[in-house]
Amino acid sequence: MYEGPVQDLIDELGRLPGVGPKSAQRIAFFLLAADPVDVRRLIDALTEVKDKVKFCSICGNVAEDDQCRICRDERRDLTVICVVEEPKDVVAIERTREFRGRYHVLGGAISPIEGVGPDDLRIRELMMRLADGTVTELILATDPNLEGEATATYLARMVKEMGITVTRLASGLPVGGDLEYADEVTLGRAFEGRRAYSS
Amino acid sequence: MPLYRDEAVVLRTQKLGEADRIVTLLTRRHGRVRAVAKGVRRTGSKFGSRVEPFMHVDLQLHSANNENGSGLDIVTQAETLGPYGEAIAADYSRYTAGTAVLETAERLTAEEREPSLRLYLLVVGALRSLADGEHTPSLILDAFILRALAISGYEPVLSGCAVCGEPGPHRAFAVGSGGLVCRDHRPPGAAAATPDGIELMLALMSGDWANADGVEPKVQREASGLVATYLQWHLERGLRSLRFVERSLVERP
Ligand SMILES: [Zn+2]
Ligand SMILES: [Zn+2]
Repeated sequence: MYEGPVQDLIDELGRLPGVGPKSAQRIAFFLLAADPVDVRRLIDALTEVKDKVKFCSICGNVAEDDQCRICRDERRDLTVICVVEEPKDVVAIERTREFRGRYHVLGGAISPIEGVGPDDLRIRELMMRLADGTVTELILATDPNLEGEATATYLARMVKEMGITVTRLASGLPVGGDLEYADEVTLGRAFEGRRAYSS
Repeated sequence: MPLYRDEAVVLRTQKLGEADRIVTLLTRRHGRVRAVAKGVRRTGSKFGSRVEPFMHVDLQLHSANNENGSGLDIVTQAETLGPYGEAIAADYSRYTAGTAVLETAERLTAEEREPSLRLYLLVVGALRSLADGEHTPSLILDAFILRALAISGYEPVLSGCAVCGEPGPHRAFAVGSGGLVCRDHRPPGAAAATPDGIELMLALMSGDWANADGVEPKVQREASGLVATYLQWHLERGLRSLRFVERSLVERP
């Protein structure tokens, strides 16, 4: 336990994903010793991201306006939606240049043990996008790990009766891994070789 | 003991740093153990798919007592014994029931490294049964909870009165008293129990699936409700995954 402000900083840092108490302490003391100019830059970047960056009202991707760059682009195919867990997965898939449709960002995966159920993700918003019949293919590109698979299973069941082709990225992706770590070639191939989802 | 080997079920995984995971394991000989699996979120990981929840694995671990500083053991090898994850994640009812099995197992092992072979075997059995699709997932969960509580010393009294032993049939279930209670020992707020619901719990307790499968949904829901209340009463705080378990039977394949 440290003096007020230092402990407050350690507590705040410790709430970040992947940062344990020891790392939080290390980062806090790094910041304490750092040049004030560098710290100011970090503060500005944090303030800016919270002030300027919003989430796209259509797909949930990060956006500087009400809608993201991809949803505003009229050349994108309206009949295909690719479902991903996080905005960083959109970046990974865009890098492959294999996909010309639009996205839907769920904001995570269904994980009951962490208290995250279907209602905590942007699934209702997805169903609303599918309701008017424009979309003919739904690509489930949740992470190739257990929670990603279970989330895909749930979504496939939800749209079962809607007459939409549901596909899942082909295997070859690291099983147990995060989508964002797949290289462009592997991810591109997984897109090309996507298969109809059967359950 | 720098290196040791054990069999385990993966109860939970959490992201750690850039590409690692912390895995919570229920091992056969060392009880509940938390360990780091390095690089498993990256392409080309040797055993990423084997240290996922529901997987039954044979592991080699590097003990933390050997100055690696993190306080957690490190998984150095993993071989699959039972690949239950795939079949469980492919069915949402199995997934939600299975997650509750894992969370119950985690919560009933209060202390790390306290061996509980019987609980371990019970978890492996429940996951195998879920993956095989032998029975309704929520019934497999209820059977698991009842037996896991019994192993932990909390077997519910389902015949005589839990307080005075007077033979039944009794129609009130009081979690605080330890099970069914007679008219005289019924505390305010005790739950109502029907003979069918009690019979189902007894069947689940003893593994009498011939009499448990095919029981009316209404009776299943009653038994599930009593089992869940009884479990939550014995845990300090509620089980997070329990409210997501699918109790309806429409999804039975
Ligand atoms: Zn958008
Ligand atoms: Zn009595």
